[in-house]
Amino acid sequence: MLVEVLFWLFAAILALSALGMITVRNPVHAALLLVLCFFTSAAIWLLIEAEFLAVVLILVYVGAVMVLFLFVVMMLDINIEEVRGRVTRYALLGAVVAGVVVFEIVSVVWTRSLGLDVTTGAQAQPATYSNTAELGKLLYTDYVYPFELAAVLLLIAIVAAISLTMRKRTGLKLQNISRQVAVRREDRVRLVKMPAEGAAKAPDAPATEKGA
Amino acid sequence: MIPLNWLLIVSSVLFAISVAGMFINRKNLILLLMCVELLLLAVNFNFVAFSRYLGDINGQIFVFFVLTVAAAESAIGLAILVVLFRERRSINVEDLSTLKG
Repeated sequence: MLVEVLFWLFAAILALSALGMITVRNPVHAALLLVLCFFTSAAIWLLIEAEFLAVVLILVYVGAVMVLFLFVVMMLDINIEEVRGRVTRYALLGAVVAGVVVFEIVSVVWTRSLGLDVTTGAQAQPATYSNTAELGKLLYTDYVYPFELAAVLLLIAIVAAISLTMRKRTGLKLQNISRQVAVRREDRVRLVKMPAEGAAKAPDAPATEKGA
Repeated sequence: MIPLNWLLIVSSVLFAISVAGMFINRKNLILLLMCVELLLLAVNFNFVAFSRYLGDINGQIFVFFVLTVAAAESAIGLAILVVLFRERRSINVEDLSTLKG
């Protein structure tokens, strides 16, 4: 009974924070409400015993992606009033589309259940069951190539993000390592041929010059 | 014990809210990216729910990969947004009509 009550409580928080996210004017508030959405979703995933993904959702989304969003929102100096101008023009259309989406999905869920009794819950796993261990077994055997591809994808994302946002500022003094390494002695040292002085002259020659 | 259809209804409500958010926030690129994240979360909800109720853990592996792709997508999307703001001093979608032809 407690699980059901908690589920509806979390579902209500999830829906309200999602509604708040799409309607608040301030992008920082929207990002914080989205954090609440992810956190509540992680709680619901814990309730249906998907523990590993719940923890990953908090670590990856709340810990990394949303912090990135907040960084960008705070870094850019956005004119909120200009961006949130004509809201009401699209609000009605959005509400209609959302209503149609909910109606379609709910009707499909209720009429066609793919031979599965959707009104019953899954069997609870025994206490010795480890969701993380099961996922790990599958991930490192059957899915090892997709796993490595995902790692390469993240690497490409890192390179793309850095190369997009890196900019050359004028007047910045930077070392050019390859030119430093490729330098030769001839570029830096100039040997000048001069006639030798002093050896041919008498030691008191400067004195006579001063006297003259 | 939570029945499958409760989870599917919550996920569809979440999906619908984020679709409505895309219509409402059509001008703000940051909020559009956030709505995409919420959309992917709703899809992941379905994957987790069916994976649990069909007893097939492959669905949760798929959620893992969706999370990876979504993280890469938001990182590159935000990078493009920063470059765009530097060029145009605006993140209004309606200002981005250069490629309209």
